[in-house]
Amino acid sequence: MRGASRSKNTQILDKRVCMTNCPTLIVTVGLPARGKTYISKKLTRYLNWIDVPTKEFNVGQYRRECVKIYKSFEFFRPDNEEGLKIRKQCALAALNDVRQFLTDEGGQVAVFDATNTTRERRETIIRFAEQNGFKVFFVESVCEDPDVIAENIVQVKLGSPDYTHCNTEEAVADFMKRIKCYENSYQPLDEELDRDLSFIKIIDVGRRYLVNRVQDHIQSRIVYYLMNIHITPRSIYLCRHGESDLNVKGRIGGDSGLSARGKQFADALGQFIQSQNISDLKVWTSQMKRTIQTAEAVGVTYEQWKALNEIDAGVCEELMYEEIQLKFPLEFALRDQDKYRYRYPKGESYEDLVQRLEPVIMELERQENVLVICHQAVMRCLLAYFLDKTAEELPYLKCPLHTVLKLTPVAYGCKVESVCLKVEAVNTHRDRPTNVDVSRQAEEALLTVPDHQ
Amino acid sequence: MPRELTQNRIQKIWIPSKDDKPSMPRIPHGGPHLANPPTVIVMVGLPARGKTYISRKLTRYLNWIGIPTKVFNVGEYRREAVKHFSSYDFFKSDNEDAVKIRQQCALAALRDVKIYLTEEEGQVAVFDATNTTRERRDIILEFGAENGFKIFFIESVCEDPNVIACNILEVKVSCPDYQDCNKTDAVEDFKKRIECYRVNYQPLDPDQYDRNLSFIKVIDVGRRFLVNRIQDHIQSRIVYYLMNIHVQPRSIYLCRHGESQHNLQGRLGGDSGLSTRGRKFAGALADFVEEQNLQDLKVWTSQLRRSIQTAEALNVPYEQWKGLNEIDAGVCEEMTYEEVRERFPEEFALRDQDKYYYRYPSGESYQDLVQRVEPLIMELERQENVLVICHQAVMRCLLAYFLDKSADEMPYLKCPLHTVLKLTPVAYGCKVESIFLNVEAVNTHRDRPEEVKRGPSTLIRRNSVTPLTSPEPNKKPRIEGLDDPTIREVTPAQLTLCSTTHTTLALSTQHWLSEACLRTFLHYLQVVSVLLFQRT
Repeated sequence: MRGASRSKNTQILDKRVCMTNCPTLIVTVGLPARGKTYISKKLTRYLNWIDVPTKEFNVGQYRRECVKIYKSFEFFRPDNEEGLKIRKQCALAALNDVRQFLTDEGGQVAVFDATNTTRERRETIIRFAEQNGFKVFFVESVCEDPDVIAENIVQVKLGSPDYTHCNTEEAVADFMKRIKCYENSYQPLDEELDRDLSFIKIIDVGRRYLVNRVQDHIQSRIVYYLMNIHITPRSIYLCRHGESDLNVKGRIGGDSGLSARGKQFADALGQFIQSQNISDLKVWTSQMKRTIQTAEAVGVTYEQWKALNEIDAGVCEELMYEEIQLKFPLEFALRDQDKYRYRYPKGESYEDLVQRLEPVIMELERQENVLVICHQAVMRCLLAYFLDKTAEELPYLKCPLHTVLKLTPVAYGCKVESVCLKVEAVNTHRDRPTNVDVSRQAEEALLTVPDHQ
Repeated sequence: MPRELTQNRIQKIWIPSKDDKPSMPRIPHGGPHLANPPTVIVMVGLPARGKTYISRKLTRYLNWIGIPTKVFNVGEYRREAVKHFSSYDFFKSDNEDAVKIRQQCALAALRDVKIYLTEEEGQVAVFDATNTTRERRDIILEFGAENGFKIFFIESVCEDPNVIACNILEVKVSCPDYQDCNKTDAVEDFKKRIECYRVNYQPLDPDQYDRNLSFIKVIDVGRRFLVNRIQDHIQSRIVYYLMNIHVQPRSIYLCRHGESQHNLQGRLGGDSGLSTRGRKFAGALADFVEEQNLQDLKVWTSQLRRSIQTAEALNVPYEQWKGLNEIDAGVCEEMTYEEVRERFPEEFALRDQDKYYYRYPSGESYQDLVQRVEPLIMELERQENVLVICHQAVMRCLLAYFLDKSADEMPYLKCPLHTVLKLTPVAYGCKVESIFLNVEAVNTHRDRPEEVKRGPSTLIRRNSVTPLTSPEPNKKPRIEGLDDPTIREVTPAQLTLCSTTHTTLALSTQHWLSEACLRTFLHYLQVVSVLLFQRT
């Protein structure tokens, strides 16, 4: 949430009192293959999308930098002094970078991704945070389900740089021994001993949570997010409504119906969905006529979300780009200068859209198979969330009409399949022109406007 | 064969139609899927652990976001059945007659839960009782399974003696059970009552016995939470809400921006600046805030000029929230009501027909506002002292949340210019103080027109998001002199000495209890008959 309030943290006296806008250090805790990096990356992606500058610091990466070639699990043996020294140095190097990110680079949240399984290590981190005026929030993942662990190893460990020269069996065997190295000294977060720390303990991939001392808004949002995500395999289908009458005329916004080709697309979409043979598909539309008409053709129950409505172009609603250049040349230039933050007069910005769409993203995380029939700007926002695109890239993501994007979570990210349903449509994508200066000529401004009737 | 779409005239929602007549609409999203099974939230915990506080607050929140919810407080049923509370002896586990009565009351409440969820379109029922034994909880689980209801437990665990003492003083001492006692005696008796329960208390056990149940354990008033097996969206929202509320004393100040230029002209919406009187109000507001002498006051405004100008006069940091912007009047923006009536006579009439659901063409409805403002309510719950400088419709939405007003009442709540409402949580509700800052302003309030005919058929209530006032706790008919203390201030307990009737009643227990049993049944019958004919 933009401009979210941060309340004063007035905890125990000998710690430095954190003032408002205190950066937060999220610290993962857990044995290997418990999903720490998965959580770190996903959380980082979410926080950045809601405009909280966040970065993850994976100590394993630092170790790989330091020890160029990974030999075997022996490196992680608790009696391997050389190994211990290197691992400690890597942790400190990472913490140093954390400090730089949070103090010098305008970072708001840093995710310190490592096992952090001993109380001693965690104490080091807490002292570090206190010295620098950072709040600390621990995220521990506890899991003893052998199937889940095995699946994790297969999905992300086998492909790790550590095991490029091993076959599957060798890799798995080595990794299991690696886990053993940590098990003996593992001190999980404890309700009693750690009762003054702020943390969430995630047990068995979300079956149970223990939440202790949530200090502020951002921690509350993080907890809510972590409690809504799951790892059940599923796919999310994103597409726009079929081509509309206003699309054909090159006009933006409005609430028009489908053109003839748009209706064709709707039918093709219905067939495509059927062919995918998806179990329990939820279909979501906006409250605008063109998406609902499209959903009607798919023939299944759908839900209308006002939050999925297209960006409100305010005074520019239903105008062509040529008309906008004529009537509001200054606005037109300003938009090209910063398309993400630019708000149409009496309308919205992409930034506003993200805020509006956050509950949709939260519900998408809870759901399984979903088809979202929405609009160009809205689809760009959703796509940016799933594909971890920046604010700069977001407004220029290509989301053509009559094309379905199938997103399937895999490893630490998202696989995208683009399916063009072979029904012709106008192009509505306008690239950023070279000249965005307010003094530019009309032709320069209109250079990238796509063709229309 | 795609169906034709028509736009519902009030909500401006596109729905498929046959022969141009709107058929059953698709669910406009804003709340959970109403096709889902209903949920019974079951409170668990010793007395004075905040169960009723949580029940009522949660119910208020769920109703406000449009999920029909109702509290069923077993203590109320017991008070119906047993007219005169004698002492904690009633709660002793070896008091067989009392145990029987308490069981019957619980079953009566469950029967009402079933009626509410199956016949009265209730979506969530909150079963507010101690439910401290596995035996009792198993009965409820069976009840849920038989009827296809989801069960979600909320347990409140607290051993902080200060918190418990405070609870007893705030809500128990003035409870009908103790109206004939002085404070000290009441506290003593209540403590013994708690001990009666403690002996048999079996807390939820996430590791073994209760590991398959869905529940949240709230420990030490929110210091810690244990959350087990959240099943669906509504449980996830409930958990999020519970994790954001607190019991720190604080006040929320709501007011509108100072009078604006548009206000003077009688124009809707827009983004005009303050009038002279508006600026004067801003100055008066600054003085008022200083006088209040608050720790750490947060000031929030919308992103419209008039509210920001008002905040500027306070000379303190403030945060702008787009979510607090006034309701978007769409095509009617900046018109006067007369112009609207002239240019869009049909829209004008439709709005008066159903002001809550009515969406301005290309604009918003109060229903949309609730959805837009919900994250702000969540943040207000997290905060302590806050001053919110907003707008008429937005303020009505916020006020409806704090004062538990229905969708019907919300658009007509009085929120005049230049008046600050100070809301202070107290007992189970909210105390309201209205402070007019003595700067004249125009009146922008339009009452519900008398002559408006309420059209039934065009309104799509069934599947839509409708804030309802949390219904009366189920205990009709009422005992004389017992008012629901939701909104008014908690009055100090009567100081009459605990009378000799106390001892007399104890002696005549046997006879009196059997009479009470008969009365229970009669009351139960009355309660059922009242419910069957009650309008939702």
